[in-house]
Amino acid sequence: MTNRINRIKEKIGFSILATCLAVVVFIIVVIFSNIIINGYSVINLDFLIKAPTDGMTKGGIMPAIVGTFLVTVITAILSIPLGMGCAIYLNEYAKQNLFTKLIRISIRNLAGVPSIVYGLFGVVLFVQLMNMGTSILAAGFTLSLMTLPMTITASEEALKSIPVSFREGSLALGATKWQAIKTNVLPYAIPGMLTGTILGLSRAAGETAPILFTGAAFYLPHLPKSLLDQFMALPYHLYIMATQHHAISEVRPIAYGTAMVLIALVFAMNLGAIILRYKLRKNRKE
Amino acid sequence: MAKDIVIEAKNFNFYYGSVKALTDINIKIEKNSVTGIIGPSGCGKSTFLRSLNLMNNLILTARYDGEILIDGDNILKKDIDVVQLRRKVGMVFQKSNPFPKTIFENVAYGLKINGIKDKELINQRVEESLKGAALWDEVKDRLHVSAFDLSGGQQQRLCIARALAVQPEILLMDEPASALDPTATLKIEELIQVLKSKYTIIIVTHNMQQAARVSDYTAFFMMGKLIEYNKTNIMFTNPEHKITEDYITGRFG
Amino acid sequence: MGSFSNKLSFSKKLKEASIHGCFLVNALLVILVLAGIFALLVWTSFPAFKEISIKEFVFSADWNPTSYVKESYGILSMLVSTLMVTIGALLFAVPIGIGAAAFISDIASNRVREIAKPVIEILASVPSVVIGFIGITLVGPYISKVFNLPDGLNAINGSILLGIMALPTIISLTEEALKSVPKSYAEASLALGATKWQTIIKVRIPAASSGIIAATMLGMGRAIGETMTVLMATGCANAMPTNFTDSVRTMTSAIAIELGEVAYDSTHYYALFAVGLALFLITFAVNLAAELIFNKKQKQ
Repeated sequence: MTNRINRIKEKIGFSILATCLAVVVFIIVVIFSNIIINGYSVINLDFLIKAPTDGMTKGGIMPAIVGTFLVTVITAILSIPLGMGCAIYLNEYAKQNLFTKLIRISIRNLAGVPSIVYGLFGVVLFVQLMNMGTSILAAGFTLSLMTLPMTITASEEALKSIPVSFREGSLALGATKWQAIKTNVLPYAIPGMLTGTILGLSRAAGETAPILFTGAAFYLPHLPKSLLDQFMALPYHLYIMATQHHAISEVRPIAYGTAMVLIALVFAMNLGAIILRYKLRKNRKE
Repeated sequence: MAKDIVIEAKNFNFYYGSVKALTDINIKIEKNSVTGIIGPSGCGKSTFLRSLNLMNNLILTARYDGEILIDGDNILKKDIDVVQLRRKVGMVFQKSNPFPKTIFENVAYGLKINGIKDKELINQRVEESLKGAALWDEVKDRLHVSAFDLSGGQQQRLCIARALAVQPEILLMDEPASALDPTATLKIEELIQVLKSKYTIIIVTHNMQQAARVSDYTAFFMMGKLIEYNKTNIMFTNPEHKITEDYITGRFG
Repeated sequence: MGSFSNKLSFSKKLKEASIHGCFLVNALLVILVLAGIFALLVWTSFPAFKEISIKEFVFSADWNPTSYVKESYGILSMLVSTLMVTIGALLFAVPIGIGAAAFISDIASNRVREIAKPVIEILASVPSVVIGFIGITLVGPYISKVFNLPDGLNAINGSILLGIMALPTIISLTEEALKSVPKSYAEASLALGATKWQTIIKVRIPAASSGIIAATMLGMGRAIGETMTVLMATGCANAMPTNFTDSVRTMTSAIAIELGEVAYDSTHYYALFAVGLALFLITFAVNLAAELIFNKKQKQ
């Protein structure tokens, strides 16, 4: 009898857990279907290649796409070498001491610093102290610091996956430490490092808070001419279109279109990273 | 043992952190001989081997004292040129570890990191080394395929060729045949017999028969100590210590 | 030969040492960035405390920097708002997250697991501004209908969105915590005749509890620091909230709204950095707590 009750209890329990997962999946499906259904009809070539017109009630989002692209490139240029360098230090050179511990604690805590706080930091350091003004450069610097913890962690994972025998084999042949790393570790680790880095960059591309005061512009009639110009960005544009526009209901389709392009961009980057990872694994096996 | 002594350890001690792995090792190794190092797992035989080209320095907690003389120079001195040492003292690892490159690139790797750019010379050395490792005939038509396409035994011989390419004088082998089948093992053992005319070879093995077959001298390690060291035929027929006899006859280990 | 007995050639040694040095300096950068963030926040918020007493700043619920009569800078109402949406988020995300993680790790077939995990990763990569947009277009109208309110931009909306954003963190870390529970625990329980369900509830989840708590703390840190979703979906009324149906202005959204309009070098400007400093310290404390809990678990 108790056996049967336990059976029933188990069935109920399992269905509760299954429901939890179902709720999560349901949320995801709702978010995506809502954006896609409403955004799909808005997107056409003009939407992608034209600037906003008529007080941002018509036209496209091209300047925002270009702006997000530029700021992401700056972020990549800064955070990839810095993140990889730090990972190389930690995985190849660092001894187990207080200093190394301090670095690791810093990385974990940097990962937990709110994005708006990075924004504040960027305002003081890059915009004001370093005289970049509100610009693509200042926003890129700010975002690169924000992505640094992710880049480092991902790069270190990639380095860890390279067998010790690659290093030992090289050293035993008379390579110096740096020769061994350069010729027999990095060539195999870099694709993996890039995979993780792209994921970090996709997050940077979708971030709004750090660029609010460091360079994103409400509306610009032309494309930025230099890296010291302000820029329009997809996530900021979505924020504006969703909350700050004078005719919010009128521009709702544009907001949906922007959201869809933003999501598509983030996913294209994620997909790129996943394909890279897949190719990498296949190559390893060969 | 009046011949040339290439390697000599004097009162060599080795620690991993606070754990003492080797105690007071004293040994002299003769030029162009094969020395087998035997002993139960964890006896320190691999640690000793890896001390001879300072590979243990990669372990952060490693400490050591005493002296190891190679050609009369103490390699434990602080400002030793590790890179030069490792060129002179080559190593073949327990698990064959070809790099994910082609066969040719694997053998040429050591030459390239040593700054040799002359293509003729590289080609010539690769061929010599592969011949030296008795692999040339099997791979000469496919030098540019991945090293992973080779069989396990071939991979290990490739690693030997890779070590030979930088023209070492001493060759350290850490259980080079432990992952191979009997046929491949036999090939490696035959190769060792050929190589000893040119190189001084030290081979760690857990296989007593192998030590008996290939080595001129045998060293028996146990619990971090060198228990007995002698000509192989003497050691295997008339060991000095009871414990050596017990080990050799398979009563433990 | 015997050339190795020479000292390592000077140029080679120098090259190796300088490469090592470069990477070291590079690694030093992370410490510098963290310390720099803290230092700049302190430095920039410092002038604010010439005008405002710390007591007022922390304990006053009155934030009115643009008043003509008397400017006031109390962050208590923001603090309460932040805590409210965070707790609201955890109330819904923790049970669902743990449930989903338990299902994925202990019950689901391999196929379901292989689909579920990347799908949840997808959720983690949705930009926060998109989640905020969903709050406006989808969650808001629904809340206004259910609670019969003029609009749905309030603490409930913020809580739901933050909960959604915290879910991936909670699920993946909880799943990891469950994975690291030794198999022998479950085997012992099953051998005693317990059902799989009893084993999950009474043995596996308690055994993974410190990992789950650490996951919750990390999710919490993220929710406290999240800006765009709360900025867009909570209405941002500058007042002490009394109810979950109230519109709230969190610390993050206060900074986001006001920093763009404030005059540089004003007390208000510095006060916003002080809010940032408070935010930094709170998230720092939460993350540190998570780390301590997690480390304690690993030592056991």
